[in-house]
Amino acid sequence: MSTSRKGEPIIEVEGLDTRFGDNVIHENLDLTVRRGEVIGIVGGSGTGKSVLLRTILGLKQPDAGRIRVFGLDFSTLPEAERRLNERRWGVLFQDGALFSALTVAENIQVPYREHLDLSQELMDELAAVKIAMAGLRPSACSLYPSELSGGMRKRAGLARALALDPEILFLDEPTAGLDPIGAAAFDELLNELKETLGLTVFLVTHDLDTLHATCDRIAVLAEKHVILVGTIDDMLRSSHPWIHEYFHGPRARAALAGK
Amino acid sequence: MAGLSSRGAGDRADEPASYRVEIENRVLRLEAEGNWSIVHLNKVDGDLRRLAAGPGEADRAVIGLSGVSRFDTAAAVVVSRTAGRLEEQGLRVEFEGVSEAQHLLLGKVDACGNPEPMHLPPVPLHIEILGKIGEAAIAMTAEARAMLGFIGTVVVAISRTFANPRRFRLVPFVHHMEKSGFDALPLVCLLTFLIGAVVAQQGATQLRQFGAEVFTVNLIAIIFLREVGLLLTAIIVAGRSGSAFTAEIGSMKMREEIDAMRTLGLDPMDMLVVPRVVALTVTLPLLTFVADIMGLVGGGLVVFFMLDMSPGIYITRVQEAVGFWTFGVGLVKAPFMAAVIALVGCRAGLSVTGSAESVGAMTTSSVVRSIFLVIILDALFAMFFTAVDI
Ligand SMILES: Nc1ncnc2c1ncn2[C@@H]1O[C@H](COP(=O)(O)OP(=O)(O)O)[C@@H](O)[C@H]1O
Ligand SMILES: [Mg+2]
Repeated sequence: MSTSRKGEPIIEVEGLDTRFGDNVIHENLDLTVRRGEVIGIVGGSGTGKSVLLRTILGLKQPDAGRIRVFGLDFSTLPEAERRLNERRWGVLFQDGALFSALTVAENIQVPYREHLDLSQELMDELAAVKIAMAGLRPSACSLYPSELSGGMRKRAGLARALALDPEILFLDEPTAGLDPIGAAAFDELLNELKETLGLTVFLVTHDLDTLHATCDRIAVLAEKHVILVGTIDDMLRSSHPWIHEYFHGPRARAALAGK
Repeated sequence: MAGLSSRGAGDRADEPASYRVEIENRVLRLEAEGNWSIVHLNKVDGDLRRLAAGPGEADRAVIGLSGVSRFDTAAAVVVSRTAGRLEEQGLRVEFEGVSEAQHLLLGKVDACGNPEPMHLPPVPLHIEILGKIGEAAIAMTAEARAMLGFIGTVVVAISRTFANPRRFRLVPFVHHMEKSGFDALPLVCLLTFLIGAVVAQQGATQLRQFGAEVFTVNLIAIIFLREVGLLLTAIIVAGRSGSAFTAEIGSMKMREEIDAMRTLGLDPMDMLVVPRVVALTVTLPLLTFVADIMGLVGGGLVVFFMLDMSPGIYITRVQEAVGFWTFGVGLVKAPFMAAVIALVGCRAGLSVTGSAESVGAMTTSSVVRSIFLVIILDALFAMFFTAVDI
């Protein structure tokens, strides 16, 4: 289909300003994400990575600038069309954001129930597969979020984000709080999803291993905007002090050595 | 790659999922066509389930995917399950026209297994009802014991505070006095004023039939100072502050703030429960006093208009009608009711479990319980005061 060529821009952010009162978070921020790529967003704590993600999702109103996803400006779309297109992305929030009154399986089935007409049998099957895909044991199906560990909540959140086979997956620090084996499995899962579903992934992360293992490009958020976008090699070559520190620090060297 | 086409706006032109099936030379050919994405799968899924249960006269099956325009995880689940079921029926299953991406996806889904959804056997209705009654009874006893234990803990915490006054959290104490006392004033004043007026109006109308309308004053004074002023206030406070205590403490419990306090060496009893209990115990009598006055004012106003009784005479008649103990009885009960409301509220907050729903459930139950207990307590006091002749 002509609307879905690999490599065309799928998320376009132009001249974005965001503020909380007098606290300016982003100023004139530009970022383009291309279909089919995994883009890693890095930046110090509190530089506004989560806020950027929320703004792209339309959960926070931008103070200036333009955001287009799938070539559509969501802020001007009619309600019905917006809802339809919102199903084309999946989001994993920083702490899972599971519905606490529902079991894991029910959480995953929420989008099925709300948007589609599927038999309970098929929904159960799908939920079980998504749970397994996200790396949870089948016994987790019937547990409530409060009965899960932090890492398991993330996985369940991922399973819910994947429920509708989205085109874009937004992940906010998905590997934070996972054990290294789990994190590695997560990286592998991302790569598989990218290959099998042609997924575009917007990945906010601090995990250098994940950056190495999964990201096609990396965008560095600092000084209120994106200061550099490029591959890991571009990052390694950059002379910007923060980027240098980040990609040449002791932990970065360890991650690189592991490659 | 055909399998990677997008969904959404472009899809409407796209054919929904379908398949053709034919059996030839004992070979079952299944050709999938159209957009096999989750949006269109429900019907195909039902048909395929039936097909896989009785595939007919065949010992080989060929599943062709070359006509599929979009193939997502859900489709992979359906196809892989169908293949599995056909194999269980003794057929050899082959795939044809599978793209690279589809192959990977099928492999991925297979690796995740095709877990059979588990269903608990249904329980007969009468057993379920019996079970519920039993559960409720057990929960009630457990709750009563736990509540007794909680009261004990709070009493210990308060006495510790008396022994060592520096433990007392003055700022939260004042804060809760303001929130549950001062901020409740407008509501309490308005409601008691209105009820006072209504009681007076009804009383005067009824008593006039016996020519005894002057006793309206006695009616208002006694009913308000002894019972209604306090009961109304206690119920308002239970609804306002009891619920707030539960919701506040419950949300903190849910977000592990209470565990965090414990690990920092802070006692949630000292930090959260004692200030609330003490604050409410102090403020409810004060609120009750205001409520009594406002009730009398509301009654007085009606009496003034209906019976032409001047305020001066009204006050003198009120003084004649009530002794110290009429007023005292009302105020003596107040701290006890306050303690009940605060204890029930805090305890409900602390028994919140992980979910947001349980905060709601505990808040409801805290208000219901504290109003119930307030009224029971009032009845007990009435018996007690009758017995001691006050
Ligand atoms: N709801 C909010 N109200 C006010 N300030 C906020 C809010 N959310 C985030 N911020 C501020 O925005 C900045 C960026 O936050 P965030 O995007 O969460 O950082 P991070 O990059 O670590 O994800 C922080 O300084 C934070 O204080
Ligand atoms: Mg963040």
